[in-house]
Amino acid sequence: MSSVYQVLPGPEHFLPPAAASMGVRLPDSGQAHIHGKIVNEEEAMEVAARQFLAAKVPTIFPGPLVLWAWNEKAAKKATAIRHLYETLKECVAPSQEAMLIPMPDYRPKYPKINPEVEINPNHPNLTIWHNKIDTCMFVGVHCHQANLSLKIIRGGTYCYTIAMCAQAGHEDAMLSFRDATADKIMRLADWVKRLKGSVKPPQD
Amino acid sequence: MATQSLVGTKNRAGQMVADPWELLHTAERTPSFFTGSEVIKEAVRRANCDVMIAYPITPQSEAAALIGELFAEGFIGDYFRGESEFAVMSQCAGAAFGGARVFTTTAGPGTMRAMENFPMWAGARLPIQMIVTCRGINSPLSIQPDTLEISYLLNTGMLVWHAETAQDFYDWILKGYIVSEEPDVHLPLALCCDGFFVTHTKDMVNLTPADQCLPPYDPYRSPVPCMDMECPPVRMMRDPFVMKSNYISYATHASWQQEVWAAIERSRKHAIRWLDGLIEVENPDADILIVSSGTAVSQGREAKCLLEDDGIDIGIVKIKTLRPWPAEEIREATRKAKHIIVPEFNVTGWLAKEIRATIPDAGRVLAGPHVCGGMTMPPEIIAADIKKRLGIQSESLAGRGS
Repeated sequence: MSSVYQVLPGPEHFLPPAAASMGVRLPDSGQAHIHGKIVNEEEAMEVAARQFLAAKVPTIFPGPLVLWAWNEKAAKKATAIRHLYETLKECVAPSQEAMLIPMPDYRPKYPKINPEVEINPNHPNLTIWHNKIDTCMFVGVHCHQANLSLKIIRGGTYCYTIAMCAQAGHEDAMLSFRDATADKIMRLADWVKRLKGSVKPPQD
Repeated sequence: MATQSLVGTKNRAGQMVADPWELLHTAERTPSFFTGSEVIKEAVRRANCDVMIAYPITPQSEAAALIGELFAEGFIGDYFRGESEFAVMSQCAGAAFGGARVFTTTAGPGTMRAMENFPMWAGARLPIQMIVTCRGINSPLSIQPDTLEISYLLNTGMLVWHAETAQDFYDWILKGYIVSEEPDVHLPLALCCDGFFVTHTKDMVNLTPADQCLPPYDPYRSPVPCMDMECPPVRMMRDPFVMKSNYISYATHASWQQEVWAAIERSRKHAIRWLDGLIEVENPDADILIVSSGTAVSQGREAKCLLEDDGIDIGIVKIKTLRPWPAEEIREATRKAKHIIVPEFNVTGWLAKEIRATIPDAGRVLAGPHVCGGMTMPPEIIAADIKKRLGIQSESLAGRGS
């Protein structure tokens, strides 16, 4: 099915559709997608970096697959994510606030989540609303839980979503990479550094 | 496909782990004359399965028993009989939650009895493979071929494929694991065939080498964490968050359901690659198309030969996958057809309803002929219905030749 549906920042709908059900297809290796359109990975790197630099609150949401050092790859990715976060902090203007908020697990949080310290896939909008996050990147979140979150975010917030997926990517993000490695995350940090100063910071 | 790095190593039975594409496309094949049940056994032998759980119900009992022999020979990690079909499917879930590649078989009332488990499997993203050897499900009891049970599976969130021949069955059991275990799919597969017609008849089937097998399942590529008692989907019974009465819970559950159906959509890309398309089309320019799935396709082919003898040009569309539903392919294949004939082995004509809902100008669809309860479908009745549609008189097949 060819798609005319575009995966764009919301708030989209009371219950937005899954992008896959609207005909959006995942990229193949070496590719990424932006708003549902397949592009080469390097183009997506530049767009993601610009999106981070143009945001008031660019935020990384690392999930359990990279928060725990359960294998060597996970530990390397965690180091790369920390580097990306530090790079973001260095490269944004004082009026911008880069954040790193973990999704440590998927347990529903009762009676109330503390949105300043964590995000949960079942109600990610609460963390995004509370911190006024306008661009975020998921990394190290299990694909099913990431897709749950990405649809809910698109439904009820204006946040621009990026997925740095270790598997096949996410149609429900506005921009998605696939086959994520520590090197790929470092490349994104390089793009942010390269574009520093060339992207106008957001106006209040 | 999981664990490519293990290609060339040996599994527990001493089989060499093969590259799946090479195994199924370039490895030497041995023609073998087998029943469908024996073919199931031979496919499972090469599937590197961890667990098979069995329960007797005709016409799948023979396959379930033959797989027990595979366990005795060391090709399957564990094998046991459940207390009922419901128990079997629940036990399959437990094994899959724990990270095992799971296989089971069922049929007819067994499928219906276990039904509650199938949306649970799909919602929990468990890539269990279940062979469904379709038979009658209603009272009075019939063990004979009837495909009504497939219609109940179509909205469970499982992948549903419908094999026509024993060769399809052999290849699709192996390909089924490859597609259903992709991390962007990761759903259970109901691989259906028409009971007895496929399971209990012998056919020549080309088998891949018995000393080669699929790579093992890699649970670390699962889109959900496996067996975490604190997190959904395993966290079902204790304080189930999606049962809370508030908007957030409803929205989460809704997003979850959407994700299951999104995963079915994602399987298209993989199924197209591995099955060489979701449909197969023969003579697409004909004014009259026979569109069907399972052994009704074989009967359609025979009817085509009969009608061609009478100078009537016929095309055939074989539907391989029912979920994902090949809507775009069917629209394209039927674009020029004036008459679309849908023969089925069930009383309700569920396939014709799906096709009518898919194509423009649905009045072109003739829902039938239908047989059910174990009746055979002679090609002559398909040919007769087509002639009737065209206004050509033909002899009645039900009388005694008066």
